[in-house]
Amino acid sequence: MRGFAILLGFSLAGVLLHDTLHLPLPGNVIGLMLFVAALFGKVVKLEWVEDSANLLTGHLLLFFIPYVIGAAALIPFIGHDAVAIGVGVVGSTFAVLWITGTVAKKTTPEQKEDEQRAKFSA
Amino acid sequence: MQSFLHDPLFGLTLTIAAYVSAKAIHKRLRWLHPILGSSAIILVVLVVLGFPVRDFQGEVGMLTTLLGPATVALGVPIYKHRALIRERLATVTVSVLAGSVTGIVSAGLLVFLARGSHEVLLSMLPKSVSSPIGIEISKALGGAPELSVMFSVITGVLGGVFGPAFLYKTGLRDPVAMGLAMGSAAHGFGTARSLQESETAGSFSALAMGLSGIVTSLLFVPIYIWLGR
Repeated sequence: MRGFAILLGFSLAGVLLHDTLHLPLPGNVIGLMLFVAALFGKVVKLEWVEDSANLLTGHLLLFFIPYVIGAAALIPFIGHDAVAIGVGVVGSTFAVLWITGTVAKKTTPEQKEDEQRAKFSA
Repeated sequence: MQSFLHDPLFGLTLTIAAYVSAKAIHKRLRWLHPILGSSAIILVVLVVLGFPVRDFQGEVGMLTTLLGPATVALGVPIYKHRALIRERLATVTVSVLAGSVTGIVSAGLLVFLARGSHEVLLSMLPKSVSSPIGIEISKALGGAPELSVMFSVITGVLGGVFGPAFLYKTGLRDPVAMGLAMGSAAHGFGTARSLQESETAGSFSALAMGLSGIVTSLLFVPIYIWLGR
């Protein structure tokens, strides 16, 4: 449970910082930044948190299910804006996927990409 | 009968049981992504029991609370891949910046062209980032926060479910490029899916999710000034 306590602590610290400093980032993301900094600074050792972190990230989708149900409950109330919403959400999602992926590919040296693929396909 | 439905155990049990079932179904039916399968199971059960769907999210506060430490836990794959991240730092920066600009501009342009209302347009601008950031931006712009949450979730589901197949079709097979695209386009949902593809993709997706949140928040500052808010 040590790992869970550490992860909860960083999450809480992120929320506290968000609330007190009114940062334009959610507490979760601030907590993530603090946690990464703590790992790099060796304040937190990887082996303390690794098992708990793997358990949580392995089931990350589970924690999003309540939000999907919440969003589904609102869909019947969209009404006359349905077409604009559909076009905007679908078009923009695939545009971001395509542009980000393409820019990432173009800015990656090609021989390195092959090396990485060999390294990670195993 | 009605009171047991409002016990926190009901929502928790239903959600985890639906999640486990949807994962088992996914092994047989590869096209049915667990996020869609589990949501469908929950919706059917709620409708059958006559439980108001709009109230369900409030009943499973424990799971939404655990999203906090689960997001923090993404620091572990980021830390483990620090050498590769350092090596690709330029790629990470440029592609996340491009993705964040594309998210805002394409959402605004498409809603405008499809003649959506002003409220929908403003609420959709921050849709690529996770909903807590989207809510704040939407409020500052004068949009509707509850619409922003819905757009952000639909975006996440779309990107999480169809993203990898779409990226493969466009010829992107590098786990780094895939992770960056998934995290920029579909925040936490995209990161959850990327982690299933490979740990490398997952760590770059987590990184892109965090960075695009920061970049998008900053990109809106001149927009607030332009709108006079």
